Amino acid sequence: MTKGIDLKDYFATPETKTVKVLDGSGQVVNEDFFPDLSDDQLVELFKQMVWSRILNERSTKLNRQGRLGFFAPTAGEEASQIGSNFAMEKEDFLLPAYRDVPQLVQHGLPLYKAFLWSRGHVEGNEYPADLQALPPQIIIGAQYVQAAGVALGLQKKGSKNVAYTYTGDGGTSQGDFYEGINFAGAFKSPAIFIVQNNGYAISVPRATQTAAPTLSQKAVAAGIPGVQVDGMDALAVYAVTKAAREWAAAGNGPVLIETLTYRFGPHTLSGDDPKRYRTSEEESEWQEKDPLIRMRTFLDKKGLWSQEQEEAWTKEVNEQIDEAMAKTEAAPVQKVSDFLKNTFVETPAVIQEQIDVYAAKEGK
Amino acid sequence: MAKTTMIKAITQALDQEIKRDDKVLVFGEDVGRNGGVFRATDGLQDANGKDRVFDTPLAESGIGGLATGLALQGFRPVPEIQFFGFVFEVMDEIAGQISRIGHRMGGTRKMPITIRAPFGGGVHTPELHSDSLEGLMAQTPGLKVVVPSGPYDAKGLLLSAIRSDDPVVFLEHMKLYRSVKEEVPDEEYTIPLDKAAVKREGKDVSIITYGYMVQESLKAAADLAKEGIEAEVLDLRTISPLDEEAILATVKKTGRAVIVQEAQRQAGVAAQVASVIAEKGILSLEAPIGRVSAPDTPYPFSEAESIWLPNKSDIIAKVKETVNF
Repeated sequence: MTKGIDLKDYFATPETKTVKVLDGSGQVVNEDFFPDLSDDQLVELFKQMVWSRILNERSTKLNRQGRLGFFAPTAGEEASQIGSNFAMEKEDFLLPAYRDVPQLVQHGLPLYKAFLWSRGHVEGNEYPADLQALPPQIIIGAQYVQAAGVALGLQKKGSKNVAYTYTGDGGTSQGDFYEGINFAGAFKSPAIFIVQNNGYAISVPRATQTAAPTLSQKAVAAGIPGVQVDGMDALAVYAVTKAAREWAAAGNGPVLIETLTYRFGPHTLSGDDPKRYRTSEEESEWQEKDPLIRMRTFLDKKGLWSQEQEEAWTKEVNEQIDEAMAKTEAAPVQKVSDFLKNTFVETPAVIQEQIDVYAAKEGK
Repeated sequence: MAKTTMIKAITQALDQEIKRDDKVLVFGEDVGRNGGVFRATDGLQDANGKDRVFDTPLAESGIGGLATGLALQGFRPVPEIQFFGFVFEVMDEIAGQISRIGHRMGGTRKMPITIRAPFGGGVHTPELHSDSLEGLMAQTPGLKVVVPSGPYDAKGLLLSAIRSDDPVVFLEHMKLYRSVKEEVPDEEYTIPLDKAAVKREGKDVSIITYGYMVQESLKAAADLAKEGIEAEVLDLRTISPLDEEAILATVKKTGRAVIVQEAQRQAGVAAQVASVIAEKGILSLEAPIGRVSAPDTPYPFSEAESIWLPNKSDIIAKVKETVNF
């Protein structure tokens, strides 16, 4: 009588060590992973996080007033979004998802264009030639296969830059998620794949997406490194992303990063009500992990940040937002004839016929 | 100059473009070492290197994403989808992404991508290899859809497609790969992507068609001529956007139109061609517009192809019906 095959022996679950640098009270818990950032850079990182929080609050209000359109709240994800983006260089290529507008603006997209994108105006997506980015991707997963292509392009050109892209926890269930990381792995191309695991895909909890205990371990299926990081800890996210960037830029291939984070607000402002699927206990538990509190306490202890500085910065950010909004609202009315002209580079006769019809209407 | 097959004309076109423009990249499943499942890329990797002609993992959506990303980095990708029935796997990248970039980014970015794929019936393939799905592509704004009907057109149209800054879906009918031989110049030449071609002059009726059905229509026209009916055969070549001028010119000349496609009646582009004639050429018509197409079922089991696919006899019957209306 043989023992037989016991499938319990065949669970492939890699050991997960969630990377942390700061604890909830702003104490450094892992000196070994503390990133190589100057005091000025630490302050700049925090300023961007505060900027993002204010932008979130203002965008919510502007949306309620009908002055902005589509908006996916970002509060709670500042460490994940800003911390990772802070590790990138201007020439790196960003492929954001619809929630990743803060990274896009920090990467070089003028704020008023981000607002135009929200409202649904083409000028929001008219990117300067040197902006290495695509507009926010609405089709969940598409940015992942495209990132593999951008990274292969960089590799073929002998560039030392990388492609980096974001999706959420729900997005890891898409075929394009897997194909993207697997292609980049097979071509050993320089792509950083970031999964912002905020626990929910609209109303569906993370556990409903997959039986896998972590999302970072999905990297195993592509044969690439997968790292899980405390996504409420900006220094940990920065340290991991920086390491991944150096790894990829050195020709070692792609990396998958899972940030454990939370959105304090709804999925989008288009009618989602988190009270239908989240408890207030859970929400307040995560509020205590607010990445801004943690980073602020850390900087305060180092004597790098004060209440006065925060007030002055808040005022400045609000002014920037007002200026951008004024520019947004001054954008010209869109023209169908322009849409037709941009549909093809070499305009076919049937399109030209329509251009003429609309141009005549618009001229009146 | 010698008579050659469409598959050889395609291989030569790819080779010439890879050599002419160092941004051209050819990739897909088995296109490298193996030279493609139909030998369309035979010898290209040896001649041009693995950097320019390479195999990919087996995932159509990934191939589409690769093309998009490479185009964003300034390359001119020529990806292959092994059989066009597999396009559903890459529908988002083609119809949701690549086709929209110019519009979506206000003309600040472009997608000079040529997606090559075999399709078409009559060679007893297994399921979802032969389906005529060009109608799906033709309904997607921002794409140009090209279907050559023989070796000469295939080369000139493929050179134009690759050089075009617009995304082009280039569909190669499997039955045409080796069944028709034509004189194909060795030197480079292009055929415009917005022009149909009269393949046979005639005065009594216009047969408007594309792909392999051009060959069937020419055979039908030869038979009809013996009975005194002179059919003009217009090969659309680019099925989206349509060359409306050529369609209207031939209908005006003959006063009768029969549109022939291999796709099912509810698919393809015949309905679009018919509506162009109805909208802009109805006063030229002496009879209702005729349509020859496949029945509205999924593509048939291979043994049933001969009773399902439209052929010369169907065309002759429909032309007579139209002429004798």
